[in-house]
Amino acid sequence: MDAELIAMQLFSGVALGAIMIMVALGLSIIFGMLGVVNFAHGALFMVGAYAGLWIASLTGSFWWGLLIAPLAVGALGMLIERVLIRPLYKRSVDDPLLLTFGLGYVLVEAVRILFGSDGIPFPTPPQLAGVADLGIGFFPIYRLFVVGVVALTLLLLWLGLEKTKFGLIVRAGAKDPQIMRVLGVDIATVWLLVFGLGVALTALGGVLAAPMRNVNPEMGSLVLAEAFVVTVIGGMGSLVGAVVAGLLVGVAISMTALFAPEMATIVMFALMALVLLVRPQGLFGKPTRA
Amino acid sequence: MTSQGTYSITRRSALAGLAAGSAALAMPALVRAQGESIRIGFPTPLTGPFAAEAKDQVKSAELAVKLVNDKGGIAGRKVELLVRDDKLNAGEAATRTLELIEKDKVHAVVGALSSAVQLAVNEVTRARGVIYVSISQSDTINEVKDFSRFTFHEALNPHMTTAAVAKHTFKPGSKIAYLVADYAYGHEMLRGFKRAQAAIGATSVGEILHPFGAADYSTFMPQLRAMRPDILCICNFGRDQANAIKQAVDFGMNRQSKIVVPVLLHNQRLAVGPEAFEGVVGGANYYWGLEDTIPSAKAFNDAFKAANGGAYPTDYGAYGFTGVSSLLLAMAAAGGPDTDKVVAALEKLQYDVAKGPQHYRACDHQSVQSVLVLESKKKAEMKNEADLFKILAIEPAAESILRTCSELGFPA
Amino acid sequence: MTASTSSIASVMAGPAGHRGWRARLAAWRVPLSILALCLLPWLLPSNALAVNVLVYGLLAVGYNLLFGYTGLLSFGHAAFFGAGAYVTGIAIGRFGVPWFAALLLGVAAGAALAFVIGLLSIRTRGIYFSMVTLALSQLVYYTALQASSWTGGENGLRGFTVAKLDILGWSIDFLDPIKKYYVLMVFAAAALWLVSRILNSPFGAVIEAIRENETRARACGYDVERTKLIAFTLSGLICALAGTLFALHLAIVPLDILHYQTSGMIVMMTLLGGAGSFFGPFVGALAFLLMEDVVSLWTSHWQIVVGTVFILFVLFLPKGIWGTLIAWRADR
Repeated sequence: MDAELIAMQLFSGVALGAIMIMVALGLSIIFGMLGVVNFAHGALFMVGAYAGLWIASLTGSFWWGLLIAPLAVGALGMLIERVLIRPLYKRSVDDPLLLTFGLGYVLVEAVRILFGSDGIPFPTPPQLAGVADLGIGFFPIYRLFVVGVVALTLLLLWLGLEKTKFGLIVRAGAKDPQIMRVLGVDIATVWLLVFGLGVALTALGGVLAAPMRNVNPEMGSLVLAEAFVVTVIGGMGSLVGAVVAGLLVGVAISMTALFAPEMATIVMFALMALVLLVRPQGLFGKPTRA
Repeated sequence: MTSQGTYSITRRSALAGLAAGSAALAMPALVRAQGESIRIGFPTPLTGPFAAEAKDQVKSAELAVKLVNDKGGIAGRKVELLVRDDKLNAGEAATRTLELIEKDKVHAVVGALSSAVQLAVNEVTRARGVIYVSISQSDTINEVKDFSRFTFHEALNPHMTTAAVAKHTFKPGSKIAYLVADYAYGHEMLRGFKRAQAAIGATSVGEILHPFGAADYSTFMPQLRAMRPDILCICNFGRDQANAIKQAVDFGMNRQSKIVVPVLLHNQRLAVGPEAFEGVVGGANYYWGLEDTIPSAKAFNDAFKAANGGAYPTDYGAYGFTGVSSLLLAMAAAGGPDTDKVVAALEKLQYDVAKGPQHYRACDHQSVQSVLVLESKKKAEMKNEADLFKILAIEPAAESILRTCSELGFPA
Repeated sequence: MTASTSSIASVMAGPAGHRGWRARLAAWRVPLSILALCLLPWLLPSNALAVNVLVYGLLAVGYNLLFGYTGLLSFGHAAFFGAGAYVTGIAIGRFGVPWFAALLLGVAAGAALAFVIGLLSIRTRGIYFSMVTLALSQLVYYTALQASSWTGGENGLRGFTVAKLDILGWSIDFLDPIKKYYVLMVFAAAALWLVSRILNSPFGAVIEAIRENETRARACGYDVERTKLIAFTLSGLICALAGTLFALHLAIVPLDILHYQTSGMIVMMTLLGGAGSFFGPFVGALAFLLMEDVVSLWTSHWQIVVGTVFILFVLFLPKGIWGTLIAWRADR
């Protein structure tokens, strides 16, 4: 077990965490602002991958798929918020959770009807095919690209939240929606946009993941479980938490893969259970209100 | 910019999906079982990740039934196939099988795709003395613990496929690395390969167990690369296999090692595309290209294409055909569906319906049959959309590639 | 989804006439349920479906104790269902324990597991509670997957078919679907009686008080944590009983029953029928299984129908089938 291999393993853990971060961020933003636990998030990840594939096949270019699919699926997200979720805000927190659970079923089956139950190949874009020598070992260029895109997205998101008026409203709204309403902010529109943003992020994750994993209607279910783990460890609603926990889970999985590979999935849930028992609100979460 | 068509969801596959969807919607409610007909239950996972394989199984099984009915049925009785969706879930499969036996009064059951489902169906049928012809690959069902005299195993088992694949890929002194799904089927494949490896005189440079159903294999790749194997043996199935191969290729593993799998699936290869699978070697029970050398394969292909708009039969589809056909041949020999007589007829049966001679071994009712060793073609070498594989070798049907009866726990 | 229609408070508040028929319904709820269960195999298309309704109905009843009456949304009840099934199967198949003792062992094991998971999870609230129960039950799932020498792993547990039941000198052919149904029904009926007693007891009033307003219940001097833990354990116990019946019925234990999708299905059934009502969970299990059974014969895309129906219920009929019927009857 040499140092190079361990360094390589650490790096692949970070790269693995990158995709989890994309999905978990959307989940966390939606929960933090709207108080909605979106159980359809994994299905929307899958829809993102299919949308990317569909657009890529229409235009003949991966890049259009990467650009347009998140926007299109984000728009679908806004439609979902407007039609299905908005009527539930006055009710218990469980209702949107249950509704999106059913929505997940519908989306998966709709994709099966439209595109068939088998997977569809999604080749790596040729500009990004091949492996790069990192000095410590070889790594697929495409995966390096994914890490780059995620980092860029995080930067833009951070700038958007810290430096724009919309970001200010979002941050304030997450703390206290009541005050925002009193101040005359149209909170309904903010929530609509935030839901759309969260969904667009997971759809972007889906398009990015597609060339690594191919696309199939069930690809979202495992991703959903991972995203829950990451969000809960990081603290539901905390964006910093989602990023830190994503990296933590990625590295935990890659290190387990080195020493006890068959435990690589179980370690994720064990970590989550552990964090919850020691710190129920997650690493960066706000303590729960009674 | 990539060239047009690289990202081909193709309107055709989307349309095919739509057509399948609407066909399923238009499917009439099941036909009530007739008193006089011979009824065969057929659980298969019409929903879930193996729906494509399941649909091929159904088409082929229906073809087998149709061919018999066209010739007047069995002892003057029509044969009826009762297809049920097992949803790839063992509990669901057991429930459906109970319904088939208790309500529909089937005379025998053929089917299943996953190992767990097959064992569940077998548990239900053997307790009630109903014949079950399994068409799911597994070593477990051959062992005495799950065996019963009503249990027949038409599919290959991992021991057979790994033996055949290893024979044609491993060389004395080859360095072999294994990536293995951590569940019974994965362990069975590993056991088969390692036995062959020892016999051939190759060496193992490492084994990595991965969690069953993992989507990402990147964290295993640096270790596998560091092992510097000549051959990378990927012992998993379906989606796991598709993702593992694709990611191994992304990491450039195919440049330093040959990728070998126990079973190559027609539909998985279609779902992943030719690039990732190029040069991958694996075993199979059937490939339509057999028609060049085997007359029964030609007849099966022709009948299947005629009945299904020119589509080619696939590996798991062929199981549906050979499984149902062997049962119907035995019923014809027994003069009807009487269980004891059909069991005796199946034990005596010598059949060649699609892939050359086959028979059920006496001790464990495993179908002794040939194993194909296939290599996935380059895109440029494909003559048409179904021309996926090159047949490297056909390991002939022989009991010598099975585990011995005493090893399986049967009394000598 | 804390439907309060059938809570004691609203029953008491209703006009006298309503109170009359509702009180009568409540008083006769156990005999009425048993009568319905007796008729079930003769009304449904197959006996296997009838047993499934029995098992999943009981599972939903157990879950409802926690979700509907105590107001805690657990996403991990598959663990107790599975624990009951696995322990019963292992006891019979590996240790040759008589079926009745194996059943008791399964129930005890499920209740013990519920106690432990409950102890760990009731400290958290709201959505975190759902997540902790989900995480812990996934740990149970992966443990069962890894411990394949005991559980059969992915292949599932098998080899414990009970062909004959010996009860007080009688020998019953347990492969006969109707006899099997009625034997299993006796246990389900006993469990329903137990749940009814619990709900009628002072304890039943306390858990509903916690659901309606936890802070107030605490202020009234109730030990909220202890009450929640007891409710959680009782709920797990009933679910474990459903698991043991499932194992005896199918004679296999598939690994899938521990998966979080099973937990999701339990929630869907309970909600569909009507959370917080006595008859709701059974109605929900019946509706869910019948819908799945009928729709999957008609199309392989049954999930889109089931999912859509579920969405419509959350949106428009949050009280579920039974809760809505009761509310509708009360308005007349």
